[in-house]
Amino acid sequence: MYRKGTMALAVAAALGLPHGATAQTQDELRALREQVRQLDKRVQEAEATAQQAAVQASSRPTGENAMNPAVSVILNGIYSNLSQDPNAFRINGFAPTLGEVGPGVRGLSLGESELALAANIDHNFRGTLIASISPEDGIGVEEGYIQTLALSYGFTIKAGRFFSGVGYQNQIHAHAWDFTDAPLANRVFLGNQLNEDGIQLKWVAPSDLYFDLGLELGRGRQFPAGPAGGRNKNGVGSSTLFAHVGGDLGTSTAWQAGVSYLSTSPQDRTFGNLDSSGNPVNTNSFTGNSRLWVLDGILKWAPNQNPTITHFKLQGEYFRRKEDGNLTFDTTGTAQTGGFASVQSGWYLQGVYQFVPMWRVGYRYDRLNSGTTSLSAPLTAADFPILAAYNPTRHTVMVDWSPSEFSRVRLQAASDKSRSDATDNQVFLQYIVSLGAHGAHKF
Amino acid sequence: MKAILRFLVALSSVVVALPATAALNVFACEQEWAALAQELAGDKASVYSATNALQDVHKVEARPSLIARIRSADLLICSGSELEIGWLPLLLTQSGNARIQPGSAGYLEASQFVPKLEIPKVVDRALGDVHPSGNPHVHLDPRNIAKVADVLTERLVQLDPANAEAYKARASVFLERWRAALSRWEKETVRLKGVPVVVYHKDMSYFINWAGMREAGSLEPKPGLPPTPAHLAELVERMKRDPAKVIVYSPYNSPRAAEFLSERTKIPSVMLPFTVGGTDKAKDLFGLFDDTIGRLLATVK
Repeated sequence: MYRKGTMALAVAAALGLPHGATAQTQDELRALREQVRQLDKRVQEAEATAQQAAVQASSRPTGENAMNPAVSVILNGIYSNLSQDPNAFRINGFAPTLGEVGPGVRGLSLGESELALAANIDHNFRGTLIASISPEDGIGVEEGYIQTLALSYGFTIKAGRFFSGVGYQNQIHAHAWDFTDAPLANRVFLGNQLNEDGIQLKWVAPSDLYFDLGLELGRGRQFPAGPAGGRNKNGVGSSTLFAHVGGDLGTSTAWQAGVSYLSTSPQDRTFGNLDSSGNPVNTNSFTGNSRLWVLDGILKWAPNQNPTITHFKLQGEYFRRKEDGNLTFDTTGTAQTGGFASVQSGWYLQGVYQFVPMWRVGYRYDRLNSGTTSLSAPLTAADFPILAAYNPTRHTVMVDWSPSEFSRVRLQAASDKSRSDATDNQVFLQYIVSLGAHGAHKF
Repeated sequence: MKAILRFLVALSSVVVALPATAALNVFACEQEWAALAQELAGDKASVYSATNALQDVHKVEARPSLIARIRSADLLICSGSELEIGWLPLLLTQSGNARIQPGSAGYLEASQFVPKLEIPKVVDRALGDVHPSGNPHVHLDPRNIAKVADVLTERLVQLDPANAEAYKARASVFLERWRAALSRWEKETVRLKGVPVVVYHKDMSYFINWAGMREAGSLEPKPGLPPTPAHLAELVERMKRDPAKVIVYSPYNSPRAAEFLSERTKIPSVMLPFTVGGTDKAKDLFGLFDDTIGRLLATVK
């Protein structure tokens, strides 16, 4: 009986029967309200402390390495499938340059890695060093220059080694190219990519329409100057002038057009006549004048200047080079010297379209025109089979996927008619990633 | 060679001869700072905004037109905290303009003058495009606008002392209006306290923090990475356990992910102006907050 009563009470309590509990509930409510008020106060205090901590944490770290430059590393690897032997690569109709212009090795390979360091040196200068680490040849300096910050009136001076401002694509690092390799025109006229030791003066006009003018004076350490490494002389080995104009068209399109002129007087610029497997038969050398004109244009479209979802980019360059002077056949053998003059040209046009976020497709057309070449006695055209008239062409398509701003995987296929006797069908599968500091890319 | 030099000399003399414009040239990276500069400087400055409300300010091309504008700027105002890291450093080095280089009076990073949120403890790109010095989208806390207004006024006075009185007068008028608006907004947002919200990108954090809302998820799987089907499916599941009351996105985001989640979960989605010009009503900074709060109140019933 007693137990039954206790049980009934317990059940009633458990069911929360309103058994004369009004006054008690009021008290509880008041207590709860007070508790909530206390909690709210504590939360606010905690938030204030957290904010305080956040402000403190946002102050820069102290210590010797707080001034470390921005460091970034570019890694890339590639699988190449080439139907023709890359060792026998040549571009018929054009004198071979001193640069690395071939399509690389067959199969899997590690591409050139890049290590970049950049920081403001003081309030006057900024310094940049970009080293390229090649799996075969060790470390090279791709760019290493200082740049003024404190000049006004739109002037900037760069000094050191830098990619020349000739044309458009030449200034862009290979990892930021839209295709795996350089246009054919860049290969034959600039030895793939021209980086000069020298000084660059650039001026930006004080107008709403963008206008710049630049002058570069260089050592002449690379093709089209010569010999390789530069001449043994005081003064200037090559000079370049460029000008760009650019702006916006409406709310979605930006454009830039440029003209550049590169002038140099190569001395003993050598090139080899190669046999069919790529071995040099003899060495020839050119001494004279080389003048190159480049017209470039770029147009970028993105809805409301927001390229995240879709965008389109059209890029093209036209090169025209005049050379005249003396050419020596077989420098180590008969060493016959005669007059030489040539007018050659080439161009490419490429379009890249991002159709959905992360995915882009692109097409590029390359064409070179071997133009006119004249030789005077005792030289004969038969001495220089590589210079026989031929107009190389190439079609290239690519698709790439960039899951973030820092990584890209690209598949590229090309039908390359650089050689007069064979078509090289090329397939490249490539990854390019960047580690470290966030890079900023030129327009 | 000589002809070239002669041409350069002739050209530079033309430049020197150009008349100096009277107004102070202000280059703002974002619309909100352009609007603030306009409020404080009025007709004493010519204000240019590098981006519009439909642009993702993380991803901007260093276009020739921007270099042309920054070349002549006397004062630069940007959010900072690495928000513009993909393009502003290039503009600065190409500008040939010493007045707006970091460290000079003409360089103003707004986020340096306000308490920062979401400063990461771990900085790793595997976590997405995180900003090591904290969330840079500071303008959506209205208290921060007042703080930056103070700093901007100081800079205007410093750079253009001839018009100091005008700047100070405009600033006090603006700040008084702002304080009045702020207390009105604080009353209006009482209803938003504790309301769980799904954002697109972490660009609403300062507003959420100020209004006392709660972030219940983001459409981006990681900051800066576009929404993926897998992540959206996971969000749908999460909304079943912890339902949000509203999904918000900005004018520069594609609305598709927000619409997808909204359809699946029956949680209403709304586009918020994010910055001045983002919607028709967000004509200035007052309109920006009026419309943001208005749209949220209309959606969260």
